[in-house]
Amino acid sequence: MNIATFHDTGYAIAPQPPTPLLTIENVTKIYPTSKGPNVVLDGVNLTVSAGEFICVIGHSGCGKSTLLNMVSGFNQPTSGEVRLKGQLIKKPGPDRMVVFQNYSLLPWLTVYENVYLAVDAVHPAYDELKKKDIVMHHLAMVGLVEAIEKKPPQVSGGMRQRVAIARALAVRPELLILDEPFGALDAITKEELQEELLKIWWEQKCTVMMITHDIDEALFLCDRLVLMTNGPAAKIGEVIKIPFEHPRDRDHILEDPQYYDLRNYILDYLFGRMSHEE
Amino acid sequence: MAVSYRNGKNNSNPLLKFWQERRGDILPPLVGVLLFLAVWQLIVAIGLIRLPGPYQIWEDQRARNLILYPFYDRGGLDKGLALQTFASLTRVAMGYGLAAVVGIALGILVGLQPLANKMLDPIFQFLRMVAPLAWVPIALVALQQNQPAAIFVIFITSVWPILINTAEGVRQIPQDYINVRRVLRLSTRRFFTKILFPSALPYIFTGLRIAIGLAWLAIIAAEIVMSGIVGIGFFIWDAYQQNYVSEIIVAVFYIGSVGLLLDRGMALLQRWIVPEK
Ligand SMILES: Nc1ncnc2c1ncn2[C@@H]1O[C@H](COP(=O)(O)OP(=O)(O)OP(=O)(O)O)[C@@H](O)[C@H]1O
Ligand SMILES: [Mg+2]
Repeated sequence: MNIATFHDTGYAIAPQPPTPLLTIENVTKIYPTSKGPNVVLDGVNLTVSAGEFICVIGHSGCGKSTLLNMVSGFNQPTSGEVRLKGQLIKKPGPDRMVVFQNYSLLPWLTVYENVYLAVDAVHPAYDELKKKDIVMHHLAMVGLVEAIEKKPPQVSGGMRQRVAIARALAVRPELLILDEPFGALDAITKEELQEELLKIWWEQKCTVMMITHDIDEALFLCDRLVLMTNGPAAKIGEVIKIPFEHPRDRDHILEDPQYYDLRNYILDYLFGRMSHEE
Repeated sequence: MAVSYRNGKNNSNPLLKFWQERRGDILPPLVGVLLFLAVWQLIVAIGLIRLPGPYQIWEDQRARNLILYPFYDRGGLDKGLALQTFASLTRVAMGYGLAAVVGIALGILVGLQPLANKMLDPIFQFLRMVAPLAWVPIALVALQQNQPAAIFVIFITSVWPILINTAEGVRQIPQDYINVRRVLRLSTRRFFTKILFPSALPYIFTGLRIAIGLAWLAIIAAEIVMSGIVGIGFFIWDAYQQNYVSEIIVAVFYIGSVGLLLDRGMALLQRWIVPEK
C-alpha cells in the first residue's frame, strides 16, 4: 500500500472547507537566553477548519506547548501571525479554552463551583437557572453528576480531568486546546476519557487541538495529525490525514490494516528519521 | 472478664474516660509547673535571688488581693488586673485591627505590582527593624496623646509580618490559577474572591499569628513608657516605682497567660479557617 495516498509533506493537504477557523502563518518563536537566542519554532504554518480534530505529536522539548500557547494567547510569536476567524490573537480568552495537563482546578471550590465560575465569568448576563442548567449539562456529559459537591482534591485524577474538560466545554469555545491532557492517567481511565472526548467532539461539532505523546491516542482521535520536527528550530514536518470514519470504534480501527501502516510510518518518522537527525 | 467489666465502667463516666485518654497530655505540663514553682522557691530560700518566692507572694496582702479580686474597681488607675489587662487588650485590638486592614491591603498591592514592591520594599525592611520602644517617643510627639500613640505603636509593630506574608502569599499564587484567570478573563472582584484570597489565606494567617504576639509584646513596652493610663504595662511600672515586687510578678503572670491565649486563639482560628490538606 502506498503511504503517500494519505499523507503529504507540507501543510494543508486535506480538502479544506471554505472558512479556516485558525490560521498559523510563518510563526517563529525565539527565546532570548544568556547563551544567545534560542530558536524554538522556525516557520510554522497550519490551517485548521471548524469542526476538525487535530493532534500534534513530536519529541519532548520540540516546541509543541510553545505552539499551542501562541494559539491560546499565553504566548506571542516572535514573528508571523496566529489568527482565529481572521482576528489576530493577542491574549487568552474563553473562545480558546485550554485543558491543562495539571487540571488547574481551584481546590477550594467544589466540582460544581469550578465549572460555574467559568460559565458565570463568560456569561454574566444569563439568568441563574440557565447558568445552572449549562453547568449541570456539561457535568452530566462527563458523568460527574454524583460528584458535584466534592472538592477536586477529593476526587481521582481522571475525574479532575473530566471537570477540567466540562469547564472548558461549558463556555462553548470556538477552539478547545488540550496540552497532553491524559498523560498522567492510568491506561484504562485514559481510554475512557479518549472515548468521551471523541463522543463530545462528535456531538458538539467543536474544534479541537490536542498535544499528545501517544501515537495510538492520536490515531484514535484525530482527523489530521501534525508531526513536528525536532528542535531547536522545529517546524511542522508532515500533516497526516487519518482516514478512519466517524463515529469511531476502537476495536474496529484496530482491525483496519491501515492502522498499522500509519502507526509504523509515524513511529519511523519519530524514532527513525527524527532521532537520526539529532 | 475483669477487663470488660472495667471498660464498661469507664465508658459510663465521661470525666474518668477523659482523664484516662488525656492523662498523658495533662500530667507532664502539670508536673513541670509544680517543679518550676518548687525550684523557684528553693532558689529564693537559699538566697540566690532577691525576689519573693511563690509562698511569699501568696502571703503578701496586696498581691493576694490582686490574685483573688481581678475585677475590683476603686476608680482611677486603681483597678483589678483583669480590668487592667482588658484595657491593654482593647488597645491591642484597635492597633492590630488597623494593622490587619492596612497590612493585607498593602501586601496585596505589593504582591501584585512588582514595581510597587521595588519602590516600597526597602522602606518596609527599614521600618520593620525599628524596635517598638523607639516608636514610643515619636508617636507621643506626633500624636500628642497617650491613647492614639499606644495604638500607633501596636500598629507599626504588628503591620510588617502581616504585610510581608500577604505579599508573599500573593506572589506564590500558582501559575495555574493565574492562567485560569487569564483564559476566563475573570473580573478583578472575582479574581480576588475566588483565587487571590483563598490562595493567599494560609500566608495571611501566618502573618496574623506572628503579628498578634508582637502586638502584645509591644503594648506592654508602650504602656510602661506612657504614664497615667489604665493598662497592665503601666501597672507594672507603677508597682516598680512603689517597690511592690510581688505585684509585678502577679502582673507578669497575667501578661504571659494572655500572650499564650492570644497565640492559641489565632492557631485555632487558623486551623478552622485554613483547613490543612
Ligand atoms: N520561557 C522560556 N524561555 C526560554 N526557553 C523556553 C521557554 N519556554 C520554553 N522554552 C524552551 O522551548 C523549547 C520547547 O518547549 P516546549 O515546552 O514548547 O516543548 P514541548 O514540545 O511542549 O515539550 P514536552 O513534550 O516535554 O511538553 C524547550 O527547549 C524549552 O527549553
Ligand atoms: Mg509541552
